[in-house]
Amino acid sequence: MSVTVRIPTQLRTLTGGAGEVEVEGSSVGEVLKAVDAAHPGLADRLFDEAGNLRRFVNVFLADEDVRFLDGLATPVTPGQTLSIVPAVAGG
Amino acid sequence: MVDFVTGLRCRECQRAFPAEALHVCDYCFGPLEVAYDYERIAASISRESIAAGPRSIWRYRDLLPVDDATPVDLGAGFTPLVRADRLAAELGLGELWIKDDTANPTGSFKDRVVSVALTKARQLGFKVAACASTGNLANSVAAHAARAGMDSVVLIPHDLETAKVTMTAVYGGTVIAVEGNYDDVNRLCAELTSERPSWAFVNVNVRTYYAEGSKTLAFEIAEQLGWQAPDHVVVPIGSGSQLTKVAKGFAELGRVGLLPEEPAVRVSGAQAEGCSPVATAFLEGSDAIRPVKPKTIAKSLAIGNPADGWYALDVVRRSGGSCATVNDAEIIDAIGLLARTEGIFAETAGGVTIATLCKLAASGAIRPDERVVALVTGHGLKTVEALAGAPGSTPTATIAPTLDAFDAALDDHQTGTQKNEENPR
Repeated sequence: MSVTVRIPTQLRTLTGGAGEVEVEGSSVGEVLKAVDAAHPGLADRLFDEAGNLRRFVNVFLADEDVRFLDGLATPVTPGQTLSIVPAVAGG
Repeated sequence: MVDFVTGLRCRECQRAFPAEALHVCDYCFGPLEVAYDYERIAASISRESIAAGPRSIWRYRDLLPVDDATPVDLGAGFTPLVRADRLAAELGLGELWIKDDTANPTGSFKDRVVSVALTKARQLGFKVAACASTGNLANSVAAHAARAGMDSVVLIPHDLETAKVTMTAVYGGTVIAVEGNYDDVNRLCAELTSERPSWAFVNVNVRTYYAEGSKTLAFEIAEQLGWQAPDHVVVPIGSGSQLTKVAKGFAELGRVGLLPEEPAVRVSGAQAEGCSPVATAFLEGSDAIRPVKPKTIAKSLAIGNPADGWYALDVVRRSGGSCATVNDAEIIDAIGLLARTEGIFAETAGGVTIATLCKLAASGAIRPDERVVALVTGHGLKTVEALAGAPGSTPTATIAPTLDAFDAALDDHQTGTQKNEENPR
């Protein structure tokens, strides 16, 4: 059983328009690398030169911001959903 | 229609985009900013042309990202700038002013940004106005959508103040309470934006235009001071957008010749202790803004993951401003202080601003020789629950309808007042 990754509009040009992709991986970082392997170019958009998530990229595992968890090292279990979401302003 | 927008530009990587319903750079997810042709604005705008305009934000339409002969308008803006001598005396300050945005049509500064956002959304062809909100934005979107004949879909955290829920639902749109905090609602909305591209989420896909509405606070303050800038402004920080745009507004006044040069305005930020990612980074001297789980009575500022936090931090630092954090008791005291001294009833976010003003005045970060403006951005009627049990939230006495009872109650009260005067806190 694989991990579901939800793709925002801004990245769907890389996934052939798909809003969700299924990949394998046991950590948040591995899952995102697997998405990049399936849809090349995605990693450039998510990570800065140092390999960290860009500051306006939010990643949620089962609806929790991974910055509240272990970041890219956060373990992922099969069947979970990872969402990539641009940061948005509030009010 | 003539506007002076040349396009949108990513604040992070500077890529250029057309002036459409776009809010983040599709390369690096950085927020987009409206770019203007300031030379053409300078040739068009003058203090006289502004004075001849409506008594609303639309008097500054040359500096707004949308032009429309009939904007979506309930009369937002041109709110009172009140000289606050009694409060200044309490705090040991000199020239202090309150920008009283409680006087907006739905009782908060959000009417400024929503009027701009929905005017642009209507021009772009959207029929539905949506948003994620801590309450004030919800009120304003529902009201302006009703005014414009648009449908509205508003998502709020489930635990909002009663008044903010009623003030949204009364306008007849769809109101969805989400079991989670604001950051949860915001994330849901960000995902919904991808799934419902025909909806204008005012603080998501039309945020670029929406945020520009906050510049009008700076424009009004300068105009109301007789076309002079203040030395220091105190602005509450939720997402950080308003603070950033107030600074941009002052800079633009210099750029288009409404002020002789770009004014040096110190900008200080106010946050509640229970949700202070920006103030904490400032006080720790850090560049990293760590998201937090909010826990504060100032729900309209309870944004744990502020999208414009970095920019707000940068403005505070570059301008020579400061930040403070204030706890719930200080917020409630400050609401009472502002009401007692100046007759203005602020919501909890206004309490955060005034409590921060008190702290920064006491620490010397705000000086008595400065002309200071504090932004009170929402009306106290929206958050009356926060005052339950606080001094000043109940009648002085409850009596039988007789003269004797009245005299007795008044004597008791005056004795109490005298005691307080003999033993000031």
